[in-house]
Amino acid sequence: TITDQDNIPMIGVTIMVPGTTLGTITNNDGQYSLSVPAEFTQLQISFMGYETVVSDIPANRVLNAQLNEETHSLGDVVVIGYGTQRKGDLTGSIANVNSKDFNQGMIGSPEQLINGKIAGVQIMSNGGSPTAGSSIRIRGGASLNANNDPLIVLDGVPLEIGGISGNSNNFLSLINPNDIESMTVLKDASSTAIYGSRASNGVIIITTKKGAADKMKINVSSTNSIQTKTKLAEMLSRDEFVQVVNQNGSDAQKNLLGSAQTDMNDEIFQMAYGTDNNVSLSGTYNKLPYRVSVGYYNQDGILMTDNAQRATGNLSLSPSLLNDFLKLNINVKASHNSNRFAINDAIWGASTWNPTQPIYSGVSAYGGYNEALESNGEPVTGAVINPVGLLKQHHSTSTINRVIGNFDVDYKLHVLPDMRFHATLGYDYAKGQGDIEVPATAAQYFMSGGRDYSYGPQENTNRLLTTYLNYNKTIGMHAIDAIAGYDYQYWKSYTGAYEQTNVAGESQTSTAANDQRHVLLSYYGRLNYTLMSRYMLTATVRQDGTSRFSQDNRWGTFPSVALGWRLSEEAFLNEWDALTNLKLRGSYGVTGQQDGIGNYAYLPVYTISQNGAGYFNSYTYRPQAYDANLKWETTTAYNWGLDFGFFNNRLSGSIDYYTRQTEDLLARVPSAAGTNFDKTIMTNVGNVDSEGWEMVINATPVDNDNWTWNLTVNASTQSMKVKNLSLVKNAEITNTPVGPTIDSYNFQVLTEGYEPYMFYVYHQLYDPQGKPIEGAYADLNNDGTINSSDLYRYHSPAPDYIFGLSSTLRYKQWNLGMSLRANVGNYVYNGMAMNTGAFNTMSYNSAQLNNLSASYLDTRFTSRQYLSDYYVENASFLKMDNLTLGYNFGRINNWFNLNATAMVQNVFTITNYSGVDPEVPQGMDRSFYPRPRIFSLSLGLDF
Amino acid sequence: CTDDLDQMPNTSTTSSQVYTTAANYKAVLGKLYASFVIAGQEKDGNKDLSSNLGFDYMRYYFNLQECGTDEVASTWLEGDKLRDVTFLNWDANDPWVSDMYYRAYYTIALANELIRNATDSKISGFSDAEQASLRTYRTEARFLRALAYYHVLDLYRNAPFVTENDPVGAFIPPRYTAEKLFQYIESELLAINESLPARQTVEYGHAPQAAAWTLLSRLYLNHKVYLEKEDAAYYTQCITWCNKVIAAGYTIEGDYAKLFNADNHLRTNEIIFPLVVDATLTSSWGASTSIICGASNADSKTLLGVSSEWNSFRTRGELTNKFDDDDRRGMFYTQGQTQFIEAMDNQVHGYLSLKWTNLNDAGEAVSNTAKDGVSTDYPMFRLADVYLMLAEAHVRGGAGTSLDIATGYVNQLRERAYGDNYATKGQITKSALTLPFLIDERARELYWEGVRRTDLIRFGMFTTADYIWQWKGGIKEGKAVDKKYNIYPIPATELSANPNLKNENY
Repeated sequence: TITDQDNIPMIGVTIMVPGTTLGTITNNDGQYSLSVPAEFTQLQISFMGYETVVSDIPANRVLNAQLNEETHSLGDVVVIGYGTQRKGDLTGSIANVNSKDFNQGMIGSPEQLINGKIAGVQIMSNGGSPTAGSSIRIRGGASLNANNDPLIVLDGVPLEIGGISGNSNNFLSLINPNDIESMTVLKDASSTAIYGSRASNGVIIITTKKGAADKMKINVSSTNSIQTKTKLAEMLSRDEFVQVVNQNGSDAQKNLLGSAQTDMNDEIFQMAYGTDNNVSLSGTYNKLPYRVSVGYYNQDGILMTDNAQRATGNLSLSPSLLNDFLKLNINVKASHNSNRFAINDAIWGASTWNPTQPIYSGVSAYGGYNEALESNGEPVTGAVINPVGLLKQHHSTSTINRVIGNFDVDYKLHVLPDMRFHATLGYDYAKGQGDIEVPATAAQYFMSGGRDYSYGPQENTNRLLTTYLNYNKTIGMHAIDAIAGYDYQYWKSYTGAYEQTNVAGESQTSTAANDQRHVLLSYYGRLNYTLMSRYMLTATVRQDGTSRFSQDNRWGTFPSVALGWRLSEEAFLNEWDALTNLKLRGSYGVTGQQDGIGNYAYLPVYTISQNGAGYFNSYTYRPQAYDANLKWETTTAYNWGLDFGFFNNRLSGSIDYYTRQTEDLLARVPSAAGTNFDKTIMTNVGNVDSEGWEMVINATPVDNDNWTWNLTVNASTQSMKVKNLSLVKNAEITNTPVGPTIDSYNFQVLTEGYEPYMFYVYHQLYDPQGKPIEGAYADLNNDGTINSSDLYRYHSPAPDYIFGLSSTLRYKQWNLGMSLRANVGNYVYNGMAMNTGAFNTMSYNSAQLNNLSASYLDTRFTSRQYLSDYYVENASFLKMDNLTLGYNFGRINNWFNLNATAMVQNVFTITNYSGVDPEVPQGMDRSFYPRPRIFSLSLGLDF
Repeated sequence: CTDDLDQMPNTSTTSSQVYTTAANYKAVLGKLYASFVIAGQEKDGNKDLSSNLGFDYMRYYFNLQECGTDEVASTWLEGDKLRDVTFLNWDANDPWVSDMYYRAYYTIALANELIRNATDSKISGFSDAEQASLRTYRTEARFLRALAYYHVLDLYRNAPFVTENDPVGAFIPPRYTAEKLFQYIESELLAINESLPARQTVEYGHAPQAAAWTLLSRLYLNHKVYLEKEDAAYYTQCITWCNKVIAAGYTIEGDYAKLFNADNHLRTNEIIFPLVVDATLTSSWGASTSIICGASNADSKTLLGVSSEWNSFRTRGELTNKFDDDDRRGMFYTQGQTQFIEAMDNQVHGYLSLKWTNLNDAGEAVSNTAKDGVSTDYPMFRLADVYLMLAEAHVRGGAGTSLDIATGYVNQLRERAYGDNYATKGQITKSALTLPFLIDERARELYWEGVRRTDLIRFGMFTTADYIWQWKGGIKEGKAVDKKYNIYPIPATELSANPNLKNENY
């Protein structure tokens, strides 16, 4: 008889003779019988959700057993690269979030499911638009600016980083978040090294949902939301503006004051509606587990005309053949996206609109919109265009179709059942194209007759072959899991040539066709060895060859080793009842980086000219900047970790400390003039060291029939330092300007011995009233003049500390959840305040006035002060990302389960930063699309 | 299948394939010329340089040579970031100062690449006729490199030095003083001038021998500025090379206005070396397009043959004051405009220029500038400048000509300018041929042609109190500025990338 912890007989428990196909299951009384050949002395007893037991057959041939429920943190199987591993056996720094722990609400893209959930993982949307996409940083990213995006592996298929025509930077949004079962984040070098040359920035493994092993379940869910605008750029009020113009403006400028009372922001921002609906069917039909789902997502942006739609379909079949010796997995994901892009210039236009001028001119020219006009009635060249007209008259749409298919074969060798052969064939195809239509009457392209053309299609193809052998054997106290494999991956991206034409069909510019390809070949092996469930070893090696480097530099080898020790299994700790789990981990590994550098950057490439860019009545050839010696960026990392669990894991957590040395950093930096064919080149520039701490605590302070309270806190800190910059051997290069620019001004530098990307600015001087004095900066080197040697390094956009807190509280069928996130010590350059905060920015031409930043009232600057540290602000913040309240109605009419959830996302932000949002890409705030606050209501039905 | 790791570009090509035909060499040379007037490989797209304002060489050059002087008043101070250039108040971060510098060295790098791939040994596989052409292309590349280095010398003085013998990529060029750059440019021009095509055989758009001679003359005439000491022997050299240009048979075009219209490719009698600009073939928002569209407003644009008016440039009152009513070179649009500049960004202050146009000889607009830009070539060197250089070198003590001859050349220009009124109002006497007359005459003859800053510096008038114009130094009545503004600084970005460089006064 097989019983559970409470001695209740268990039905359907699998009894197997290990190493054979002999087996049976228990009956309704938990009993079984099985004829076992004499040479076998053990039985294996397993049941889903319970710990598997292997026991010797007693002499009386009656084997009773009691199965223990798997305790989660140890028994969960976690997807790791090329396989799975029990959580308890992990040696690396790996975090896993399952669907039940995902963020809820309107989730446009998969990465938002785990935002704030994992220590050391920062996810930041690039803006408030539904088409904006996100940037993901694991431990801050190891690189400087080659590429800091982690590798994303979807059901075994590494996805190519980067966007596609019509969906730039947002390739993850093509995947329906509702189809995702779990996301695993590999953080340390030991766990990522199996991905070799693309693993320096960490790896995110996404596993989609598969068919369930029982009768058909239907799940229907619908989420509907309203988005509202939050904080906008602070500009002068209408009264303040009028006062400033009347006080300081010329007569001509005063004449441009009108009588209207216009708040352009009210015109361009809207309350946006969004809906996300999903139906999935999952079950087993004739022993064929299947899952089919369809989803439809439609989200307007808070900026008028902004919209993203996505229809997805997903089919997953996972049959087992030949008595489970052959497992197949077929997965096809298809999506059809259509976007309409709002012109983001309208945000700048609305912020700076002269509030005394009306929106509409009262006449029909230029669509009726009030525009800055010349004396002959034509739009002023270079004027700020009426933002309402810009949005309504600029019709930019795109459609993207994408199919991702993978076919897995997993064959357990009949001759040696401990050995599996696994093959994955992956295919990722995406096609994107867009249309731009602007009427000839619109001010935007009035002089050239509007626009009407299509761009693309761009076709991206990614083909993958993965093959590996896996040997998995437990012999007494030794457990071995080893793999050896080979990967081939091929990417191609092709965009056809196209002409930008106006409404009359006349060509305005020609864009050349673009064909990009690259190939990665890899050999890899890994050994996981566990002794007595206490001592664990993982050793990995991978060799990659890439087409992106010259023959001399293209092969790289990436080894790693990790050790784990489960102290809680040792006799000396066995007596300590409160302790459930205690494990020490240590790892070392080398990983590489070669993304974000272009496919032919080591070759002397020549580009042919297009129409209008020739000479001598013919085309021309232009040499491109290149670096023949381009090579991998490599990162060597150590990770030390401690996992702990107390009181049956009611209190658990982990602490990690890591150090990382990145060498031969790939970065785009200024090249000495005349030495190459561009102002900046992508090259290996130097070394960066980083170190950091991460801590996670999970607690369940209350858990009874009526109440459950789960609390998770994570905290991390990271520091980075540039060790050396070695563009050219023996040349002393002190400061290398990097980062985003405004008007050719660089604001950030790399300096040896300092944090990367520190702001490099002048120290502003203030008068006794605390008002900044225009153009007065500290003479830091005391040489009597203020020049570029008085610039100094002042903070960086990287936070010193990152905190996350999430809490779920259940009372009977109610549950209340929230998540909070805080960054401390991150700085932002307020480019919007700088760029609109000087009196001169009020007028770019004599037909138009522009509103000024509210900071003008504090500074009274006449000219823009680009490099003043006045604009570098502490942007530490506390944000509540999510607040949810749910009620589970339970079974309704014996027919279906119903639950309902009400949610608020982006609930509040507490910060001293004066701009729109303290979280902006690269620490540079330039007319940011504000992230909306989202209110949504979600219903879920299970049949 | 490790062969798959050899992936080569499919829609572009590599140097090993480019340098296989003479036509491709010409296409590389074409890019070198085009780099002066357009900014990328697509019309307004696929830019050559990352992270700058995105314009072409000549738009930067024109603005740095004109906007701070008494000739051009720029309107778009804030939008175009031209405030500091206009008010003689720039620093090492100024985008125009920086972009000009990088464009010049970009052109130098293109020239080095062509020269590197056109050595005698690399072209030995071509036919004799092809080899002759390729050697000429190589010589032209050396000339264009010398021209770019001359601009660097004139604008920045002490600057990095890089030639075809240096590798592409990991290399830090040394700093050359103005004196060494001067000597290098001189030696290059002396070495190649005879190998350039002669005036009679040159294909339109290619630099002829006289282009090198004119550049030598300009180098010598300005030697005191670059070498910081005056030597009359250089004025004699200037005269020598001017005489060589004149002897080559160039003549003064009868109608001054036709030198700056869209048919000016027909003016090879006077224009020695043009940069070719064409609305359909070689089109951008810079070079002559930014001058002509920039000079137009809604009312004057039909007179210039442009469809889009930019309202960005006007003339300053000091320039228009130099013309009397009979001087036909003073082509200004005054309607609705004041002569002087009360407010720099007020577009009704300052007359508009009608000198440069997008009209053909018949007076018709030749392109839709809202879409394509103009079709007016940019005369880099023309004979009138050579006449004036010769006259000035003579006045400054150079030998090799006479006062009679020098006055005669200047009077040829005056005769064209005054027409029927020449005898009564235009003609000057020998005693009138003085330096103060010449600096004003150069303004009248060569205004808005990108030489004004160089001229004012040579005459000691650019930063000093000797000549004050409105808004010089940022105040309406004008003021002298620090003499450091005679030189533009090396950009801050470059100082960090090349530790051999420094700015003395910025």
